[in-house]
Amino acid sequence: MKAPVLSSWFGRGEVAAPPDIASATLRSDRFRLEREGEWRRLEDIVARMERGGLKRIADEDLMALPTLYRTAASSLAVARETSLDAATLAYLEALVQRAWFQVYGPPRGFGGWLRDFLLGGWSRAVRSLWLDICIALFVMVAGTVVGWLLVAQDQAWYYRLVPGSLAGNRVPGASREELLATLATEESAAGLSTFAAYLFSNNSAVCIFSFALGFAFGIPSLMLLVHNMALLGAVLWLFADQGLTVELAAWISVHGTTEFFGILLSGAAGLHIGRSMAFPGTRPVLAAAAEAGQRGAVVMVGVVIMMIIAALLEAFPRQLVEGTGSRFLIGGMMLAFWLAYFFLYRPAHAGEDSA
Amino acid sequence: MNAATLGGRPGSGRQRVMITPEGLALPIALASRGSRAGALILDVMIIVFGLIAFQLLITWIAGGLLEDTAFDPSTAPRGAQEFLQILLVIVVFLAWYGYFLAQELGPRGATLGKRVVGIRIAARSGGRLAPEAVIARNLLRDIELFYPLIIIVVLLIANAGGEEIGPLPWVAAGWFGLFLLFPFFNRDALRAGDIIAGTWVVETPRTRLAATLSTEGAAARGASDVTGARYDFGEAELAVYGEKELQTLERMLRESPPEALAAVQATICRKIGWEPGAGDERAFLEAFYAQLRAKLEGDMRFGKRKADKFS
Repeated sequence: MKAPVLSSWFGRGEVAAPPDIASATLRSDRFRLEREGEWRRLEDIVARMERGGLKRIADEDLMALPTLYRTAASSLAVARETSLDAATLAYLEALVQRAWFQVYGPPRGFGGWLRDFLLGGWSRAVRSLWLDICIALFVMVAGTVVGWLLVAQDQAWYYRLVPGSLAGNRVPGASREELLATLATEESAAGLSTFAAYLFSNNSAVCIFSFALGFAFGIPSLMLLVHNMALLGAVLWLFADQGLTVELAAWISVHGTTEFFGILLSGAAGLHIGRSMAFPGTRPVLAAAAEAGQRGAVVMVGVVIMMIIAALLEAFPRQLVEGTGSRFLIGGMMLAFWLAYFFLYRPAHAGEDSA
Repeated sequence: MNAATLGGRPGSGRQRVMITPEGLALPIALASRGSRAGALILDVMIIVFGLIAFQLLITWIAGGLLEDTAFDPSTAPRGAQEFLQILLVIVVFLAWYGYFLAQELGPRGATLGKRVVGIRIAARSGGRLAPEAVIARNLLRDIELFYPLIIIVVLLIANAGGEEIGPLPWVAAGWFGLFLLFPFFNRDALRAGDIIAGTWVVETPRTRLAATLSTEGAAARGASDVTGARYDFGEAELAVYGEKELQTLERMLRESPPEALAAVQATICRKIGWEPGAGDERAFLEAFYAQLRAKLEGDMRFGKRKADKFS
């Protein structure tokens, strides 16, 4: 491995003026000296782009970049056939590679990507996962039913499905009043914002986990979905037993429509990767995985945003808003918003090359 | 990490060829696994120390909140404390993901740690590096390394507290080991995140343009500066060497000390049957280099190439 050149870190050294072209006895060196100025200009532009983005570069330099890049590339092609100067060849190879990274680099920065993402990229990615979303939705419903049936058969399952810290007073045998009390609102908003921050980092970690587990052919993603939803099924059974289904549904729907939608999407994204690795079709497995992974990553950034919203809803409106009707209203509005955003909002695709 | 350091030499299995859209084949070198591990360790250290500094700052500010309350936390302004707590949670989250994302999406395609060891990420297909790819490979890193580590630590703490934890730490350790060793089980040293994202990690070239050899010394003037002697080699004398030897000689002329040059001169003289002189090695070698290169490049233009002295 080449030792890192320290001087290249601390400013550029002075570049000596190239010798007179006529003094070169070799034709290949004359070739090099004639073009050296352009190479150095390209190197300078590339170095400035690497250091600080596009703003500090003059327009004419930016306009010249593609031309200079192609000149250097063709110089390299010619030099390979006519020159035996190893140092020049190595320099040109490195220069063309660096310029290639800039010319064909990330088309836009994070800001530009985010704007594109919010204005259509996100919903496009979600729509492209429709089959996986259907499968994940089916699995989630099945998981809920399984949780319900298990607990209905044997109440011991409840303690296995619902961790103790989460259950609190919500245990089999609790009275109607006790259960209702767990659905009540808090007196003041104090402490709830910390709760929201905690919920957010917890929930988004679960979602990222479920996405990344798709790597193992999607099966762990599905298992995680089943497990999470079985918990919901168990709690549903508990409240239904006391005739509180509607109240519980309203209480959950405030944040749940957003949160479960997010979990659904992350599970679907994981499943998408797993599915395209198991059934890559005519593409190589690696290419299929990369394609699916990039599509899934877009969905996942969206899921993190959904989790922020869900955590805010969970901490504030759910704990502060009373009444089944208004809770349903908030939850329903959120669900309608997400559905409309993902499936009805279809702006014209700007295209990859317009940026 | 022995394999990684052995792989450090050029041409030893880490060289790949990338075809640019112009149809030009560019050689690129994959980053060694050792340098990637080093870069990650550097990055994590930067984040962790940055966060510790931030936490100290927050604690210092929170301490200031307690100042007029006789150091009784219950009487401190609650809203302000809560705000600081939320700030901390959000900053940790942003630091963890934002650090990698913002830097790898930048024009260098590398985090600070990667820049220090001289590597960057690139798209495996040779096309553009999509932002989605950068996001995907960074999301996967958590699953590969950090969650299992956290799980192990949490379980060990639980164990120390007297809880029964069963075989879970072994499962987590196996998981961790599987993904840690993942780059050793494929040709391009891809980790799971690279596979999902379609990226790989390559060395950043840092080559400066060296001086032209044929414009200086005896190569240009044809005569030695020291003795004024002219070295002219005949067709037969120049025919003994090929391109490989020429480029070795070039490297020696650029980098080697005079003693090494004397040894080279002696070798060449023995080969072509000359009597080696002393004190004027550099001029001899420069003249030999220029004339050998002129001959080989002249042949090249007619489609004749001589790879080394055996061909």
